[in-house]
Amino acid sequence: MRYCAEITIQLKQGMLDPEGETIQRALTHLGYAVKSAHAAKRLLIELEADDTDDATGMVDEMCRKMLANPVIHNYSIVIR
Amino acid sequence: MKFAVIRFGGSNCDSDVHHILNDLLGVSTDLVWYKDSIEGYDGVVIPGGFSYGDYLRAGAIAARTPIMNSVRRLADSGKPVLGICNGFQILVEAGLLPGALRTNEYPKFCCRWVNLRVENTDTAFTSGFKEGEIVRMPVAHKEGNFFADDAALQDMNSHRQIVFRYVSPDGNAADYANPNGSVENIAGIVNGSGNVLGMMPHPERASESILGSDDGRRIFESMVEYAEQG
Repeated sequence: MRYCAEITIQLKQGMLDPEGETIQRALTHLGYAVKSAHAAKRLLIELEADDTDDATGMVDEMCRKMLANPVIHNYSIVIR
Repeated sequence: MKFAVIRFGGSNCDSDVHHILNDLLGVSTDLVWYKDSIEGYDGVVIPGGFSYGDYLRAGAIAARTPIMNSVRRLADSGKPVLGICNGFQILVEAGLLPGALRTNEYPKFCCRWVNLRVENTDTAFTSGFKEGEIVRMPVAHKEGNFFADDAALQDMNSHRQIVFRYVSPDGNAADYANPNGSVENIAGIVNGSGNVLGMMPHPERASESILGSDDGRRIFESMVEYAEQG
């Protein structure tokens, strides 16, 4: 089966996020009452897998091995 | 005695490091493409640059190329491994050094001279310095903001793994002397055995007095002396 994985990689909570802070400041300058903004990376991956669990397992392994850095990142996976 | 300078697609300080080792120090040094072998070398330098366009994260792709398994074996055998700038990013991404390098606190490419305090002279790279000595080298990076959690920092401090800190000219580790927001003003660290060094400043750009400083040269000299002692 062909699956599509949507992976979101984000800095852990409390981690300095200069890109998010810069975006927040710019939005504030535009007059929006923005309390916080966080930047994240979104990856779309197509893959062959036996079933959803198999696909989730593979993508989770990809995140642990390379796509995310466990020292500073959290990640979430949606499989379709 | 021969050294390897590893070239990835996007490395751009490789020739500078080669020049220092080969031409200034007279050490036989090869520029080795990442698909070739580093077997038989007495030490390795991973130079600065923008390997793989800094895609995903700086150093992330290069850290997962097969040659890094050879670098790990070489490091495990006690030989010196020096990662400069992008090379430092590659070493932390490969897990040869602890921590991570985040985007600079002020999220812009930062290129300037910095003062460093030598915190530990008992490593393969710093035997030519005096402890507490202040040295000058340039930094040039956008992802040099070192991070490690409190437990990791405590561990690194207790094992004297922090080798260089950004300081003011009089040696104070002040916020204003820190170009990128690194925790504890950390500019360079070693592994537990002291034979793998990662640093954001560029010693190869400060190895001849005509460049404004030759402080960096002593890092290469120390490394070669360490390798010679085998």
